[in-house]
Amino acid sequence: MYRYDEFDHKIVTDRVSQFRGQVNRRISGELSEDAFKPLRLMNGVYLQLHAYMLRVAIPYGTVSSKQMRMLAHIARKYDRGYGHFTTRQNIQYNWPALDRIPDLLEELASEEMHAIQTSGNCIRNVTADQYAGAIADEIEDPRIISEIIRQWSTFHPEFSYLPRKFKIAVTGHENDRAAIKLHDIGIVIVRNDKGETGYEVHVGGGQGRSPFIAKKITNFVPAEKLLAYLEAVMRVYNMLGRRDNSYKARIKILVHETGETEMRRLVDEEFERIDASQMLSLPEAELDRISAYFAPPNYENLPAQSEAFEAAKGSNAEFNHWVKTNLVPHKTPGYGIVNISLKPIGGIPGDATDVQMDVIADLAERYALDEVRVTHEQNLVLPHVKLDEAKEVYDILCAHDLATPNIGLISDSIACPGLDYCNLANARSIPLAQEISTHFADLDKQYDIGELKIKISGCINACGHHHVGHIGILGVDKKGTEFYQISLGGSADEQASLGDITGQAFTEDKVVDAVDTIVETYLNLRQPEERFLDTYRRVGMSPFKEQLYAD
Amino acid sequence: MAQHSSKGARFQAVTANRLNDGEVVYFKDNSWIENFAEAEIADGQEAAEALLTRASPDNMEAFILDPYLFEVSECQDGFTPVSVRENIRAKGPTVRTDLGKQAEAG
Repeated sequence: MYRYDEFDHKIVTDRVSQFRGQVNRRISGELSEDAFKPLRLMNGVYLQLHAYMLRVAIPYGTVSSKQMRMLAHIARKYDRGYGHFTTRQNIQYNWPALDRIPDLLEELASEEMHAIQTSGNCIRNVTADQYAGAIADEIEDPRIISEIIRQWSTFHPEFSYLPRKFKIAVTGHENDRAAIKLHDIGIVIVRNDKGETGYEVHVGGGQGRSPFIAKKITNFVPAEKLLAYLEAVMRVYNMLGRRDNSYKARIKILVHETGETEMRRLVDEEFERIDASQMLSLPEAELDRISAYFAPPNYENLPAQSEAFEAAKGSNAEFNHWVKTNLVPHKTPGYGIVNISLKPIGGIPGDATDVQMDVIADLAERYALDEVRVTHEQNLVLPHVKLDEAKEVYDILCAHDLATPNIGLISDSIACPGLDYCNLANARSIPLAQEISTHFADLDKQYDIGELKIKISGCINACGHHHVGHIGILGVDKKGTEFYQISLGGSADEQASLGDITGQAFTEDKVVDAVDTIVETYLNLRQPEERFLDTYRRVGMSPFKEQLYAD
Repeated sequence: MAQHSSKGARFQAVTANRLNDGEVVYFKDNSWIENFAEAEIADGQEAAEALLTRASPDNMEAFILDPYLFEVSECQDGFTPVSVRENIRAKGPTVRTDLGKQAEAG
């Protein structure tokens, strides 16, 4: 894992003391709210419905056990005993008092964490594949370039006042688990014909009011030129992105209005200028230095098959279920990748208590080479668990309601905080996720349905990724009452697609029935081996629409 | 953000968030209280505007954030916010009834 050097430490601690001064001046009345608001937003502090909310960055979704313990400590000391993991691999605290946030940030900084790049019109916290470094057939660990991008983008003076926020995601694997095509910039690590590693760059993806799938604007940028290339994209956006209308200010609108070909030309032109100056070439030594932080941990030499693991599967059906859904093969023989579901049946997606976070920290330290990952689907991962010890890990997870065997199934939905917490929301999201998971609680039923990703947003900003849900649910407000629009056929993976709206919105009490109807329609229509998405792509909207609006 | 009052709203109250902890507060008799049930209710558009004006003097901005009017309606025990949003602000998250004002009310 990356460890802070003296510069990182200084940047983060200086920022805390600067913010402490700003908070003090605001509370004393010296600063007006208009002057203070952009400052607090630059430090991840939002004002929500009931209280302030602090968003803490988890760069590329990786934390150590000590950091996870600190997150638990913050939940206990400054909040109400829990945190909420988000679709951007961050964690949010829902109740911190403004006057205590500087102390909170100081404690976070002591474990190399902060809330920088979690708000405001800057390049936000970089996200990456949660299986980085652990999954087989990865071209390169995406956290290496993510860390380099983090260093380049943190407080980048030219990009501190962009037209709008800017999100970058990286995957090093052909299976995209980081939703890179729904980001302002999505990076896929690739290998060319000569066997050299480089970066394929997609630009202009995003959700919100106007969703777009990103366009690939280059097939290959070599490592030493990637920052120059990204800088070129940013510069084109900063120059031409619209500042007159915040709904049209994201790069996706620029790419859409300019066109893919012209965008490519503009970026190439700028890139040539930057490249010729040699100002932004990444030295090989620096790349090596950062890579070393992400070198494979000390795996033991183990046989591929674990007798203890096979025996436990054979004798314990529940463990076997959990292995089937939550444990993914590791690149190293004798190890597995353990997914920790934060979606207990009827629970709040992404929430974890301080006690659960401490338990996960202990598990990481004892069984997972000291690492935890956060997924954009609001679950956690122990990336390196010995198969020999998987059952022990499972038992501890079970004891803390962290072993729901539902990864990728209908009860594993994404939900934004919605109107229960969020100042922007039009409708609640969490209760729907709870009702749907309760309705489909039966595991046999869930296994029969198979992979089905439900994504729920409480407003058009789409923090709950409804556009790319296999079934997407969007909350809308009609004169103070909640209604929900349903869409089908979205996907956030390498075959990314945007969902199609079924038709008229549903009242809250009709949503679960509607989802049930959609699922039953799929079960009746599916051909062998077809997942929901496959069936939808084959048969289209009509049969679903007919059933949904039959009356 | 949702609209807080309908055009023909009769009863309205004023709410805001408190600076130092973000707590939801309501205007009453030239001060700010935490409990919606005790909030001052304006009857009619003119009274509502007068209430908002009283709630928004220049010096308030120092510790009260963004006061606004929202619609309420008469119910058995007094008044209740009309929108789901203001009901949630008055009580707390519907998915965590152990938290927020609803929990303190016991």
